[in-house]
Amino acid sequence: MKVSVTVNGTAYERDIEPRMLLAYFLRESLGLTGTHVGCDTSSCGCCVVVLDGDRAVKSCTMFAVQADGHTIDTVEGLEQGGKLHPLQQAFWDQHGLQCGYCTPGMLMTCIALLKHNPKPSELEIREGISGNLCRCTGYQNIVKAVQQAANAEELVPS
Amino acid sequence: MTTTEKLPDRHSIGQSMKRKEDPRFIRGKGRYLDDIVLPHMLYLALVHSPYPHARITKIDKTAALASPGVKAVITGEDLVAAKLGWLPTFHGFDNQMVLAIGKALYQFQEVAGVVATSREAAADGAELVDVTYEPLPPVIDPYQSKLDKIILRDDREAKTNHIYHWEVGEREKTDAAIAKSDVTIKERILSPRCHPAPLEPCGCISDMNGATGRLTIYMTSQAPHVHRTAFSLVTGIPEDKIHVISPDIGGGFGNKVPVYPGYVVATVASVILGVPVKWVESRTENLTTTGFARDYHMDVEIGATKAGKVTALKVSTTADHGAFDAAADPRKYPAGMFGIVTGSYDFPTAFAEVDAYFTNKAPGGIAYRCSFRVTEAAFAIERGMDILARKLGLDPVQLRMQNFIKKEQFPYPSPLGFTYDSGDYEKTTKKALDLIGYDALRKEQAEKRKRGELMGIGVSTFTEIVGAGPGKHFDILGIKMFDSAEIRIHPTGSGIVRTGTRGQGQGHETTWAQIVAEELGLDPQELLVEEGDTDTAPYGLGTYASRSTPVAGGALALASRKIREKARKIAAHMMEASEDDVEWKDYKFSVKGVPGKSVTMKEVAFAAYTNPAPDTEPGLEATYYYDPPNLTFPNGTYIAVVDVDADTGAVKVRRFLAVDDCGVVINPMIVEGQIHGGLTEGFAMAFMQEIKFDEGGNHLNTNFTDYLVPTALETPHWETGNTVTPSPHHPIGAKGVGESPNAGSPQAFVNAVMDALSPMGITHLDMPLTRDKVWSAIQGAQKKT
Repeated sequence: MKVSVTVNGTAYERDIEPRMLLAYFLRESLGLTGTHVGCDTSSCGCCVVVLDGDRAVKSCTMFAVQADGHTIDTVEGLEQGGKLHPLQQAFWDQHGLQCGYCTPGMLMTCIALLKHNPKPSELEIREGISGNLCRCTGYQNIVKAVQQAANAEELVPS
Repeated sequence: MTTTEKLPDRHSIGQSMKRKEDPRFIRGKGRYLDDIVLPHMLYLALVHSPYPHARITKIDKTAALASPGVKAVITGEDLVAAKLGWLPTFHGFDNQMVLAIGKALYQFQEVAGVVATSREAAADGAELVDVTYEPLPPVIDPYQSKLDKIILRDDREAKTNHIYHWEVGEREKTDAAIAKSDVTIKERILSPRCHPAPLEPCGCISDMNGATGRLTIYMTSQAPHVHRTAFSLVTGIPEDKIHVISPDIGGGFGNKVPVYPGYVVATVASVILGVPVKWVESRTENLTTTGFARDYHMDVEIGATKAGKVTALKVSTTADHGAFDAAADPRKYPAGMFGIVTGSYDFPTAFAEVDAYFTNKAPGGIAYRCSFRVTEAAFAIERGMDILARKLGLDPVQLRMQNFIKKEQFPYPSPLGFTYDSGDYEKTTKKALDLIGYDALRKEQAEKRKRGELMGIGVSTFTEIVGAGPGKHFDILGIKMFDSAEIRIHPTGSGIVRTGTRGQGQGHETTWAQIVAEELGLDPQELLVEEGDTDTAPYGLGTYASRSTPVAGGALALASRKIREKARKIAAHMMEASEDDVEWKDYKFSVKGVPGKSVTMKEVAFAAYTNPAPDTEPGLEATYYYDPPNLTFPNGTYIAVVDVDADTGAVKVRRFLAVDDCGVVINPMIVEGQIHGGLTEGFAMAFMQEIKFDEGGNHLNTNFTDYLVPTALETPHWETGNTVTPSPHHPIGAKGVGESPNAGSPQAFVNAVMDALSPMGITHLDMPLTRDKVWSAIQGAQKKT
């Protein structure tokens, strides 16, 4: 089945099996391995990407063919012109990651979160990332990172 | 809030340097196992037993082999023919089936492997393997297993489910001391079965190259060298023909130490088919088949005088090891470091014993963010001390304070055979009490109790034991548990640093550079750290049990000092001074008594290649294999404050403070991050995480909707602080920290909830303290009154 999607600003057309999940389409058809897979039940959020600019979706719960005609942003598209996105910078500054496996999904969830709520409270951040599991950090430094990014002067539109 | 005890000004150690590994991770450019794709690679899917105990009478491959894309179907009998049907377990007390042979011994046990051209084709093929089972009655409860009514392992000579008895200490003296004590407590305390569940599941790509005869295994491995040796011993392939590469690891927590059937089957498939074979488990496979943790049922007895001086401790444990004894413990220590169960207290005598049994559950018993059974031991003693305090009518902090090992008693020989290196438990505890405002909290609690509100304060003043370890006591497969470091300084003063460990998020690429930079006065940003490739890294035992800093950290410091000694010769030559007159001061070489005459390590490095001293070898490199003289003993005082809703059983952790003493801190930011993470896993064990089975042996927590790990919403806000009591024997005084918060915290939460419920006469509840369990206990207590 043919599928046309725009990923990180680049248009792709591929012929794929209808049952292929979006996560594996990104990873295996497009070679964008920053999007990870950590469970089979839409629980962990390692696979979160942003759909149509503002919706955080779990790409393991969407068929690639459902993304036909849509735009997808993944972690690989965050850095622009050699400059880290303020969220990437903040995760680094605040030690918001350890093993790094949840980080891409966590970042993309936070992109959508800040788009809808540019100045979230701590509770709103914790609610906003509660669909993303992290086994290493205990979340506290991730919360601090989101706060730092929310306070950054220029929030690069993704 | 964080309060960090400041170290004197240092060049690199003690700095919260940002992590060198992060730039690739925040860009999605980490290289994890499943990111690797090799040409002509095939995929392996495994077939699992639906029954916890069943005879396998037939495996029909026909339909699977006819499925599109399927290249091979491998069964246990095929592996027996290849002499790989059974594998020895790490400490050598048992053998483990790779794929079920004749019998399945736990639900989800691996029964066959299907290799196909895509992950989907392999999964389709696995569905079509037709296995005929004759179900047998399962044994799920270790206390039932003990009765030997059904013998689970007919392959073993001894017709019993009992695996081993291990004991340490003085049984008779302890029994006598408890019998004579004014006050005694006895409680059965369970450390329930749980699972580390790192977010990246386990997997491998095995690539047998027919042209070179070399087997390359990309593998989610916390211990790549040990795995290389194990593969060589088991397959007979010479070790030089095996190359293990452990790429970026998405969390390990002990789960990536054992050898799993998937690794072996993928390797056999690659040998047979001559192409690379990838196996990546699903979350369900991870939770149901790979190394579980804990499952210790501990009968804890403590004796004390009326005044609250402890007299003796006895702990008798029934351990549920599942279908094989695959616990990743050192050979001489089948119950790991359980002997740390006397904790921070000066017991005149003690005795501990563990009896392990087979059940129809997955094997494991791995050290989940824990140094071999320390989490279980710390839970037992810290719960026991709380129960004793309540019986004595003493504040739990007061009971602890009056029984602490005093700082003058170090090095302290414990009654169960360890020599604690250092500690100042009173200082750590006083700091914690001050930071949290303990007295004010107790006043608030007294007032709330008058109003019938359930507020609880829980304390844990634990001692950890990490850094396995002295080779004379600890080995894996007979290999002494040393670790190693190799440092090469380039002509321009940058360098490459390699160790035998393999981090999984601990930040070694940063902290290892900091140690070397501190020792050599170099820039940590210009020291590249590499781990995980057995072709390039020196031999080491890997990263688990908080052993990296205590062991490899020591190797790094001592390899650096070897370099420094050689550099001193070159510096003397450069400054035209006698070597005896050259001193290392303020991170450079200078000539004693000649102000202003000095050379930096960077200058020496250049000279080492361009102008070496006449009698010295060119170059500037060193390797050091460090066998530590002792383990290290970090400690901490943790305090939890909870509010319990009597109507719903919900527990709100209002505050949690962790004051840790892990000796010298290399990077405070990373240490704090480790503590946050460990506390979150301790919280998870206390309130959420449990692997349960029904009476029929069905696994009840096969995915993240049933096996609950904390999200950001449940996770409390963590407060931290520290004290610094250096390890006297460690080259830089560090003790290790990754596991302290995990081993130290569950009992603080449970003690807090029990404190809240104590007015109702509730003494003990087993983890996890779910709402329904707490609510039922409150209901039961209210009915009684």
